[in-house]
Amino acid sequence: MQTLNQALFIFFAALAVASAILMVTRRNIVHGAVFLITTLLSTAGIFLLLQAEFLFIVQIILYVGGIMVLFVFVIMLVNLDVSMRQVQFNRQWFVAGALALVLAAQFLFAVWTVRKPGVLRLPAIATEISPKNTEAVADALFSHYMLPFEIASILLLVAMIGAVVMAKRRVE
Amino acid sequence: MPFVLPVLYAVVIVAVLPLLAGYIVLMERKVMADMQARLGPMRVGPHGLLQPIADAVKLLLKEDIIPDKADRLMFWFAPLVSVTMALLAYSALAIGPAFQIADLNIGLLFILAISSLGIYGIVLGGWASNSHYSLLGALRSAAQLVSYETAAGLGLISVLLLAGSLSMKDIVQAQSDQGVWFGFSVPFGFFIYLVGSIAETNRAPFDLPEAESELVAGYMTEYSGFRWSLYFLAEYANMVIVAGIATTLFLGGWLRPGARYHEHIPGTGIEWLDALPALLTLGVALYSLKLAPKQPVKIQKIVMVLVAVLCLGVAGVLAGALLAPPAVMQGIHGAFWFMAKVFAYIYAFLWIRFTFPRYRFDQLMRLGWRFLIPLALVNVIGVGVAIVLRQQFAWGPIVSLIPTTLATLGVAMLLAKDDVPVSEAQMADGE
Amino acid sequence: MIPVDYYLFLSLALFTIGVIGVLTRRNVIIMLMSIELILNAVNINLMVFSRLWGTVDGQVFAIFIITDAAAEAAVGLGIILAFFHNRETVLADEMDIMKW
Repeated sequence: MQTLNQALFIFFAALAVASAILMVTRRNIVHGAVFLITTLLSTAGIFLLLQAEFLFIVQIILYVGGIMVLFVFVIMLVNLDVSMRQVQFNRQWFVAGALALVLAAQFLFAVWTVRKPGVLRLPAIATEISPKNTEAVADALFSHYMLPFEIASILLLVAMIGAVVMAKRRVE
Repeated sequence: MPFVLPVLYAVVIVAVLPLLAGYIVLMERKVMADMQARLGPMRVGPHGLLQPIADAVKLLLKEDIIPDKADRLMFWFAPLVSVTMALLAYSALAIGPAFQIADLNIGLLFILAISSLGIYGIVLGGWASNSHYSLLGALRSAAQLVSYETAAGLGLISVLLLAGSLSMKDIVQAQSDQGVWFGFSVPFGFFIYLVGSIAETNRAPFDLPEAESELVAGYMTEYSGFRWSLYFLAEYANMVIVAGIATTLFLGGWLRPGARYHEHIPGTGIEWLDALPALLTLGVALYSLKLAPKQPVKIQKIVMVLVAVLCLGVAGVLAGALLAPPAVMQGIHGAFWFMAKVFAYIYAFLWIRFTFPRYRFDQLMRLGWRFLIPLALVNVIGVGVAIVLRQQFAWGPIVSLIPTTLATLGVAMLLAKDDVPVSEAQMADGE
Repeated sequence: MIPVDYYLFLSLALFTIGVIGVLTRRNVIIMLMSIELILNAVNINLMVFSRLWGTVDGQVFAIFIITDAAAEAAVGLGIILAFFHNRETVLADEMDIMKW
């Protein structure tokens, strides 16, 4: 079981990082979207490895089955043959890349100095497995986090109205 | 070795499914022929029974044409996505009390999630073909799928509230505990899911994206040979999945109809309804034997006799299971009832296909967004009210859902009324 | 067991790739997709710590982040569509109407 867990983690992590790198370097945007879908599915797999079943399903239904379908729709409605032939990376790519690496180095330093072997260890699975992950999330969501839940629904309403208004044809 | 049994089940399902899909196609052609007062495929094999095999051989031997400007990676990838998602969804489906690849806590949501991933097969396939018809068909199909997914999901939620769990086994158990199948106590939920599932699988009357007389074949236009057969397999596998979900949630899964009716055959310990599967199959065998001498050709006579022998064998297994330990009997009879209900649901699909005219795309979207979704929302609220009635006022399992059904019926009549366009009414008045 | 640091390194890698994507690409749609990648990296972080401490607060927060991402993607893509109908471009360099 241990080795299966580790093997799955290595598989999902490698797939996620590889797909992410491929996504930001593709010239063809549809390929980029497909690689983002692969990254999101690997992230869902990582959620499942962490025994968060409900988030695994939410990630697949909402992110991959909803948001990415929206992206793919817009990509297909926008005529991109012209932009595929132009320069893909902007003029500040070197400075931007260097800054991103500096940021990464900062995070790495922060994590490295805090890790002590044995402190940040995940508890073993057998003692912690709870078949009631969905129920626990629902409990927390509808009791402690009721206000953020309601605000999120208003946010979604606002986003819906905004998207409809933005995409409407102007009646001249 | 906890993986042996699930892997075995998975291999059985993946091996049986293409054959099953092929024979569902044959069944569709025969039923269509019957409803159109003709005979259907009769040439290939006696009574057309070898037609699916001939079709499969033809598709495999066809030339693999890829359009010149098509995006090769996506062209190769899209049918794969469709078929993989269609087959992956079977892992959470419970065919019998013991025949399930994985009893997930979130089984139902898993199947819904995987079905929603099948959209990519269609959209990427339409895009990759680099053709106007394919792209239009793909976008229309994706929009239709997303809309009706919402409606079907809301229809399922009303039943989930009553079942109290997302695991497929627990849902059937809840129907057994409450003594009534959810299809009978929440009929509007069943109706909404029925309509939603017909649209989800791109079947008529919602098959505008792939109809023959419309956009050629929609997103499948440029695919030929084996790639097309992958899409085809995905569509029919999806049909069986959707029928499986409907059976589990609305028609009692593997429960025997009349599970509380315990009358025994006098003299033995066997209940009448338990003997029903064996008697039905025996009846089919005897009917085949009766038809055998009337066949014009000798090979057809032989095939009829073989069919009769096969049905006798199945009847024997079902009858023998009556004498086996209860677990085995539950398993075998449960699988039989499940498959019978799935086939009844698929027959309903076929029946609806050959009865109703096709919806135009804007009519389709109006039906999904302005009729089904409000109806489903009212249904969910109504079921919530029913649960309160059950828990606070101790109403029974069926009685508590009567107000729900009446409220939803009222809302349905209201919504259906204001859908008639004004011009049509005026035209009728003017005549 | 897989130590927490490995998950954190993975989340860090995805975050960095997302940041590079946002800062170096010209195409606005890919910038939006890189932002989604950043949000996912944050989600992984939240889930790991929710598992470490045995609470579900991290998972609830992750649900809100996914909801937010959906809203932002919808509105953002609407804006991109509207701009494309006007100016026929999706490259960030060419969206310079408000420059002096």
